[in-house]
Formats: sequence, C-alpha cells, structure tokens
Amino acid sequence: MFDTLSDRLQTVFKKLRGYGKLSEKNIQEGLREVRLALLEADVNYKVVKDFTEKVKEKSLGESVLKSLTPGQQVVKIVHEEMISLMGDEFHKISMSPNPPTGLMLMGLQGSGKTTSAAKLANLLKTEGKKVLLVAADPYRPAAIEQLVTLGDQLKVSVYADKEAQNGLTICQGAIKFARTGGYDCMILDTAGRLHVDEEMMLELKQIKECINPHEVIFVADAMTGQDAVNAAKSFDRKIGIDSVILTKIDGDARGGAALSIRAVTGKPIRYVGTGEKIEFFEPFHPDRMASRILGMGDVLSLIEKAQNAYSEDKAKELQKKIARNSFTLEDFRDQLQQIRNLGPLEQIIGMIPGAKKMAKKTDFKEDEKKLIRLEAVINSMTREERNNLVVIGGSRRKRIAKGSGTTTQEVNQVLSQFNQMQKAMKQMKKMGMIPGFGGNPFKKKRKRR
Amino acid sequence: MNILSKPTGFFKRLCQGLSRTHNGFVFGLEKLFTKARIDEELYEELEELLLLADIGFTTSNQIVEKLKGEVKRKKVKEAVALKSILQEILTNMLTSFEAPLDISLHSPFIMLVLGVNGVGKTTTIGKLATRFGREGKKVLLAAGDTFRAAAVEQLEVWADRAKVEGIIKHKPGADPSAVAFDAIKAAKAREADLVIIDTAGRLHNKSHLIAELQKMKRVIAREMPEAPHEILLVLDATTGQNGLQQVKQFNEAMGGITGLALTKLDGTAKGGIIFSIVNELAIPIKFIGIGEGTEDLRDFKAEEFVCALFEKSQGN
Repeated sequence: MFDTLSDRLQTVFKKLRGYGKLSEKNIQEGLREVRLALLEADVNYKVVKDFTEKVKEKSLGESVLKSLTPGQQVVKIVHEEMISLMGDEFHKISMSPNPPTGLMLMGLQGSGKTTSAAKLANLLKTEGKKVLLVAADPYRPAAIEQLVTLGDQLKVSVYADKEAQNGLTICQGAIKFARTGGYDCMILDTAGRLHVDEEMMLELKQIKECINPHEVIFVADAMTGQDAVNAAKSFDRKIGIDSVILTKIDGDARGGAALSIRAVTGKPIRYVGTGEKIEFFEPFHPDRMASRILGMGDVLSLIEKAQNAYSEDKAKELQKKIARNSFTLEDFRDQLQQIRNLGPLEQIIGMIPGAKKMAKKTDFKEDEKKLIRLEAVINSMTREERNNLVVIGGSRRKRIAKGSGTTTQEVNQVLSQFNQMQKAMKQMKKMGMIPGFGGNPFKKKRKRR
Repeated sequence: MNILSKPTGFFKRLCQGLSRTHNGFVFGLEKLFTKARIDEELYEELEELLLLADIGFTTSNQIVEKLKGEVKRKKVKEAVALKSILQEILTNMLTSFEAPLDISLHSPFIMLVLGVNGVGKTTTIGKLATRFGREGKKVLLAAGDTFRAAAVEQLEVWADRAKVEGIIKHKPGADPSAVAFDAIKAAKAREADLVIIDTAGRLHNKSHLIAELQKMKRVIAREMPEAPHEILLVLDATTGQNGLQQVKQFNEAMGGITGLALTKLDGTAKGGIIFSIVNELAIPIKFIGIGEGTEDLRDFKAEEFVCALFEKSQGN
C-alpha cells in the first residue's frame, strides 16, 4: 500500500532537492503537488489542508530557506508532520487486570470485522492467551457460521447463540460464559452497520455498557474514500473508539484512510490486515510507515521479519553443514522456503531504502514464479535423490520433470546450478568467508608472500 | 434492523436512502448557491465539495471547468442559477451509462458477479435473485465463493429467502470453475432463465486470484458460447479513488466488465467515484443499492441519482 502516494511524493521531493536555493514560489509549487498526491490517495480534504498549511508554515521559516540543503529540510519537515499525523510508535493491546479482557470490534458492513476478529484471536493465542471469540452478528446471513468455521480452524473457542435475536443478548450470554470458562480475553465480532442507523448504533451502545470492554476497536477498510472520517467520527462520538484496525492494505489503495482516521479521531491504528490468510496481520508502526511512504525504506521491519523467519539454531546447523561440505538440495529447499516465508519479494524490496526505485523494472512476479518452479523440481525428487545427486540418472530426470510439470532441461539446469553452488561454497570455505569455520582469509596471501 | 419494507415511489426511496446521508454534499451545495456572487472562491468551494464526494481531482476539475464555460456562455450572474447548470452537467455525464439489465436476451442468461472483499457481492446476488424470482423467472444460484468461511451458507440463506429454483454448491476449497460448470449444466437441464454465479472477493492486484476468475470465464464460455452474458462488478460506494483502479483492472483482466453495481449508498458516502469511472472507463452502471431491504437494489437512473444528490434533506 501507499506505493503510488510514495512515488508521487518522491518525485516532488526530488524536484525540491534539486534547487540550490528555495524560493517561496518553489515551496508553494511543491506543496501543491503534495496536496494533489495526498488527495488522490484519499486523504481527507480537511486533513490535507491542515497538513499542507503546517508544512508550509514551517518550511517558510528562516532556518529552512537559509540552510545549505533547503530541499532536504522540507522533506524532513514533511516526514515529521507525517509521523505526527499518524501517531507515534506502536503499542500492543493491553490486557485488563480483571479478566476477561473485552475487545469489541465494530465498523461498517464489509470492512473486515470477522476476519480481523479471527486474526486478532490467533495473535493473542500465540501469545499464550485463552481467547473466546463471540459471534455477535445475528443479522447477516451465515455470519455466525463464518466465525465458527474460523474458530474451528484456529482451535479457538467461539461463543455462538443462533437463537438470539439481537447482538446484546449474545454478548450478555458471552460474558457469563467467558467468566466461568476462565478466559483471558473475549473478542466481540459485532454486526456491520451504518453510522447513520440510529437503531443499530443504539445496540452497540448497549453492548458496550453491558460488557464494559477494555478496548473498543474500529475496523476500517483501507480503500475507503473521503467518507472514512465521517464514519470514524460518528462511531467515535456515539460509541467511543479506543483504537483502529485497518484492513485490506494489501490492495493498491493509497492508504489515505489511515492518515485521515488517526488525524480526525486521534486514535491509534494498532494492526493492519495484509492478506487473506489468518497470519497476515501486522502491528502498525506509524514512524516506519511514514518512512516507507517517503521512500526512506523500512529496515527495522525487514530485520524483524528476517528474525521471525530464521531461527538461530537452523542458521547454526546450516553453517556446520556448509563447513562439512554436506549442504544438500534438501537444505537448499529449506533455505528457499525461508526466503519465501519473508513474504513476496516485492514487499521485501520495498523495505530497503532506495532499492525500490532501482528495482522498478524487475518483474518480481516472474522471479517468484522461477522460485516456485525451482522448488517444484526439488519437491519432485525423493529424499535419497536430494541428499545424493549422483544417483539422478536419465530416467529419474524424466520422472522429476514429469512430477514437477517442468522439462528435463529445466531439471538439468537446476542440477548443474546446484553443483556450481556447492563448488562455490567449497571455495568460500577455503577462503574463510564462512565465519567460525574454515581457514583464515589471509592465509593464502601470506603463503604467496 | 432498519428495513423499510414498504417500497414507495422510486425517487422518494432513493432520496430517503441518500438524504440522511449525503447531508454534507447537499448542505454545502445549498449554502454555495445562496452566495451573492459567482467568483473564484465559489468555484474553489465547489471543487472542495466535489472532492469530498470522492469524485476525484481530475474529474472534479473538469466539472468545474465545464461549469465555468456554461456560466460564460449563458452569461449567468447569480449563484442561484448554478444549481440547475451543475445538475445538468452531472446528469449528462451519467445518462449514457444507464443500462438496465435485460435477461430475456439469452436463455439461460449467465451472470458472473465479482468484486473486491466486502463490497456486498453475495447480498447483491440475494437481492437480484429475489427480484427476478418475483418477476416469475427461474433463477439458479452458483456458490462460486469456495474460499471464505461460510460464504456458501450465506448464499443458501438468500436462496431460501428468494425461493430460487436451486443452488449449486461444492465443498469448501473446491475449484470455483467447477461450480460454474455444474451450474450451467444444471441450468440447461432445468431450463432456468437466469444463473447468477457468486465469486470470492478478491483484490484486483492479486494476479493469481484474477487468473482464477479468467479461468471461470473460459470454462463458462466453453460450455455456452457468448456466456457470461453479464459480468457485473460490485463496487462499494464508500470506496475512494481506488475504485477507479478496481474497475480498470477487473475490466482489463476479464476482457470487459459489462456493468457495475454501486452498493451501500445509504451511508454517508456519495459514491462520487462513479463519475470518474464513467468518465475514464465508460462502463455502464446497472444497479445501485440504497438500503438493506430486498427492494432497495434499483436500476440505475442518472437523473434521479443526481437529483437525489441535490435534494434537500428532511430533518437530520
């Protein structure tokens, strides 16, 4: 998300940086472009107005215009203002001292409440909490079934009452159930509703009074336009919002809703939904997001992702294997999978400062396809074959090609490439490039001397 | 739930649907037209209102320019007169994209419904099934969303309510193309008038999911040349500028979307993005959803749609 916004802003900044001296006119022009970029990204009109005015005021200050790098100063101001717009750092959902901690999800129809409820439940479950999902939407056909199915998949209990006529009754039953069941927290998946539907808003109010939730979370769709702030403001005024979950940010929406909701309600965005699968749910770091929008990369998130994907033990084991020259296709496949675990290549590249521009012409989907084919070839081998390439003769190659839906040529390619890789590893070991093992990198040189 | 069950006059319903909701737009416009003079400031305020209605920068700009042109041509002096001119400009933009759905052109008529997640595809299908069922048509539903939990059950409830001829479903995770295939076979055998095929919500930038839709279309066309006769893209009125991308990409991928359904117009969103969509992509608008009742899915009528945007709101 934010890609197009990011591209446009960077073009403006490049121009600004290009001036040796900035005149007021240069800044005005630049800011007009910024304003346009933000509007096209669905940032609320009024938020944009405030934002550009603040930046303008600060940019026209003496210190900026007289500085040696005025353009850079303006970019810095935009960056700072953007962070202050999105809120500061990420805070986890806190647990109430008196369990069960009630987390109440609400929002418009189709914003992604049920999916977010399941994702949140999964996250809290991995943190060791005993979670109860509450299906509090008796109105939409099969909404209860949807949550029950998701709960089954996650092995999280779901409180469902198909007889209940309204959400309040369900929540009243759920809280008793959660208390007696010793649950750490309960996540209420309320029905989607319009903020102008007084009757339905009243129900939310009653549910809130009955449950006294620890946190009321507004679920918002990242693709929402100017109306995002109307809905968020209404929900906040009528019910009260504590935090926000932003969904569907894996689309190409420009994320204006994210910037606007926080600006008008002052409530932090806690999590973002980044894909259809349950585990695609990430903490929202406003500071990092601002950097990403301005093309400054997000190295911190990349490191965290890498840490999650690689375990230290595995890394050590791998080093040993390379040292013993016993790195096989089986290990290679593990490596491939770990890289894929990091997420789509395009996303990873986006986190490296400047890399995105450089890699613009690369077709990541093509590259990713190649990786998939490569993995398919390896998967079609038997374990014996993976551990000992020598046994793979002509007829085995044919079978592997058939099994992986590739051609014998491709299989040959994989095999020869892997051979070269093994050779290269031996070489690296000799040169001592693998830390902790092998020779001293200066050994050879000394000999020569 | 607030379901106004009595269908009143279409226009009144539409206004009701929009009135409590598009207050911002209406109120702003009313205030604008009471201004004494037509000046740059007024135009700027108008542009701001258009932007707030999600009409988008380029299209808003064009609308304002057109208005300026008309004002010059007609030598208009008073702001009050702007209202009807603006109304005319907006209506003209949409009129040629009115396209009521005629399912009698083919038998069975095959309709494929798609859109991003959470726009209201299944609900729209339920309402369509009810409507055509009432007209005495034999309707078959195909549960092509085999991905989302309980999507099939959701469609089943609608099938029940609408008392349709039948619903074709497979197991969760099944190939949606197979569901479509079976639905067409069944439609031929049972001589159904209309087959509506649901699909899983998907973001338009996910190429593998788009490929799945393309496959569905291929399979349908193989079973019945010229089908699907209607590829309906459902669009949420609260969507911002991204709506344009959605329509653009689905349109390219599917070799032409034949119609749009704009849902959730009963909120505070005005669905202004459709002005940009017809302006840039020229895709007809088939239906608008203005409420939760089954009769709240209506044929799109440009004049009424624009009128409703301007209508003074009652109370609230």
